[in-house]
Amino acid sequence: MYRIIRKEQLSPEVFRMEIEAPMIARERKAGQFVIVQKGGDFNERIPLTIADADAEKGTISIVFQRVGASTFLLAELNEGDAIENVLGPLGTPTHIENYGRVVCVGGGIGVAPLFPIAQAMKVAGNDVSVIIGARNKDLIIEEDKMREIDPDLTIVTDDGSYGEKGVVTVPLERMLKEGNVDHVVAIGPAIMMKFCTKTAADYDIPITVSLNSIMIDGTGMCGGCRVDIGGEMKFVCVDGPEFDGHAVNWDNLMMRQRTYKAQEKEDNDSCRGGICSKLGFVK
Amino acid sequence: MKTPEMIEKEAEDILKTLPETPTAKERAAIPHIDMPVQDPHERIHNMNEVALGYTENEAIVEASRCLQCRNKPCVAGCPVGIDIPAFIHKITEKDYSGALSVIQESSLLPSICGRVCPQENQCQKFCTVGKMLKDVDKAVGIGRLERFVADHEADHVTIPAIAPATGKRVAVVGSGPASIACAADVRRAGHAVTVFEALHKMGGVLSYGIPEFRLPKRLVDKEIDKLAAMGIDFERNVLVGRTRTIQELMDEDGYDAVFVGTGAGLPKFMGIPGEDLVSVFSANEYLTRSNLMKAYDADHSFTPYFHSRRVAVFGGGNVAMDAARTALRLGAETVDIIYRRSREEMPARKEEIEHAVEEGCNLRLLQQPVEILGDENGLVKGVVIRKCELGEPDASGRRSPVEIPDSDFTVDYDTVIVSIGNASNPLIKKTTPGIETNRRGNFIVNEETCETSIKGVYAGGDIVLGAATVILAMGQGRKAAAAINEYLKEKHD
Repeated sequence: MYRIIRKEQLSPEVFRMEIEAPMIARERKAGQFVIVQKGGDFNERIPLTIADADAEKGTISIVFQRVGASTFLLAELNEGDAIENVLGPLGTPTHIENYGRVVCVGGGIGVAPLFPIAQAMKVAGNDVSVIIGARNKDLIIEEDKMREIDPDLTIVTDDGSYGEKGVVTVPLERMLKEGNVDHVVAIGPAIMMKFCTKTAADYDIPITVSLNSIMIDGTGMCGGCRVDIGGEMKFVCVDGPEFDGHAVNWDNLMMRQRTYKAQEKEDNDSCRGGICSKLGFVK
Repeated sequence: MKTPEMIEKEAEDILKTLPETPTAKERAAIPHIDMPVQDPHERIHNMNEVALGYTENEAIVEASRCLQCRNKPCVAGCPVGIDIPAFIHKITEKDYSGALSVIQESSLLPSICGRVCPQENQCQKFCTVGKMLKDVDKAVGIGRLERFVADHEADHVTIPAIAPATGKRVAVVGSGPASIACAADVRRAGHAVTVFEALHKMGGVLSYGIPEFRLPKRLVDKEIDKLAAMGIDFERNVLVGRTRTIQELMDEDGYDAVFVGTGAGLPKFMGIPGEDLVSVFSANEYLTRSNLMKAYDADHSFTPYFHSRRVAVFGGGNVAMDAARTALRLGAETVDIIYRRSREEMPARKEEIEHAVEEGCNLRLLQQPVEILGDENGLVKGVVIRKCELGEPDASGRRSPVEIPDSDFTVDYDTVIVSIGNASNPLIKKTTPGIETNRRGNFIVNEETCETSIKGVYAGGDIVLGAATVILAMGQGRKAAAAINEYLKEKHD
């Protein structure tokens, strides 16, 4: 059992939970994730990045957005409650080295997994610039934590309700144009990472992305998360989640992400409507 | 096909005419008793067990067919060496608890092995009755009798005696059949045992792979409860290689020995165009969704499954049969099993192939998929298939398929399930310096002791054998346990 010792609502739809998981806290490295299953026979296993960890306290932090039934039910848990199953740390840790100047781009909820990577890049001696973006002001998270890494961070929102109006590729391109960027890291929705990759390609700069494909076990035994990387089949859960953005077949990834869209919508609607018929749960 | 009622009537009639102590000739004349099964038309609409199991009368009649051979050829065919004639004799005496005790001396999982072992290649292959009748299908139904005993005595399971505590600790990695067998025997010798499992449920392939309609999960849970009652600790959500390494278990966590039973869980794909399409699944994924995550119970499970109409399953093994039959139960209208050799070469159990065909699965034999075609949404729309013929036998003795040029044709499908085998998961190999593996990634062990190239680290089951069977895994688990118990006797002494 993994006890929730702190729960914070970062925005109307985004939550941070600090969970007791001493073994994971001790072993985890930047870029790794956990698989969470709330408990019981019928809850699904969902992958969430380890946003932060405190080895001494024996805790890890997860940040998630309510996007469907499982994240909705997870958000119903409170401090003191326990999650039955948390497996990790999973995935290959981020390759950290001193590249020189690194631009870290986070979109929406992707800012949370970006934090430990940006932090590790900074510790490795890189000059780190941070760009964070979201649809609107309410969805901007982790601004303070990111500011610790880059006091001059750039914020963009689609609707201009906070920071610059527009998308993250605009400030990214501006920085690339300045000409002293050695590496880009982008984490967010697949479409955002795809366009960051395109932008980086225009300037011939390497980019690391963290892929978010559908997963079940997270240990390499099913291939549900497989992606096409430079024509080769890779499993995101063991070979990734991070890959060279230029080698990713983005259209295939986005297609595969939509596999269960109809069923997911049904469950999501029933939970949000206050009637989780599957659990006999009524809000 | 005989209904359960017809089979029961047959058994009753035979019992009436059976002499008190039949001669060998009279025993050999008793016809073998069919396994009662659910009607195929009904069973494809439910996940309930297909084989219903013998009634008491049926079991006694089948048990009466055993000749009680002195040389017990059947026992030599059982990887864990159950005293088969002894437990069968007890059934004829209606001493079912006595029969269970005999089985439990060698196997802790009779309700499982009685159901999923390929007996026709093991104990029943060597049965004298089958040899006499020149038909392995007419051998004494040892597996069915083992299952009968286990089910009949389900509420009277005794916990094996545990030797006084030795103070030594053993870590068992994985909780599939090899690990379960090893953990039980090591625990019996008085050592403390912790089983580490990566998933949130114990049982390995018994939980995620073999479907409910072949192996009800309540039986797996029950066996695990029995091990817990023996004092074995279970740690879920520990992926050895990531959460802990083998070295850490030994050096930091103080385990005196480690058994690795992590199986062969890495799905193989064919490497043909179109395998990255949306509605292409590995059998592992398809079965894990349905079994472990209970997606088939759509009213309760939050894990979705893909709604298919026309399904193609690639492969001819047991996993392919399980995936095909699961697809039918999840609502597919047609299921084709595409296999590149002929029916004789199919590695699946004969009974499973028969069940699949009865249920309406269509066998496409001597055919090989060469490309999966997709539409603009990334969904499968068809498979290009090439015809094959059988050539010379290969190294494994099976005749190899040879593709026939210019024989390609296309069939419409909306779903593909790839079930062409599994390889060993490379994670432990990658994170355990000094562990020796063969080119397939299987651990190399001492055949007598199952010890790996690292002292104190043992391995067994599919991680050593490649994808094999439940009972072979258990046999290796027992062998390793005996060696571990020996090793710990000497360690520190």
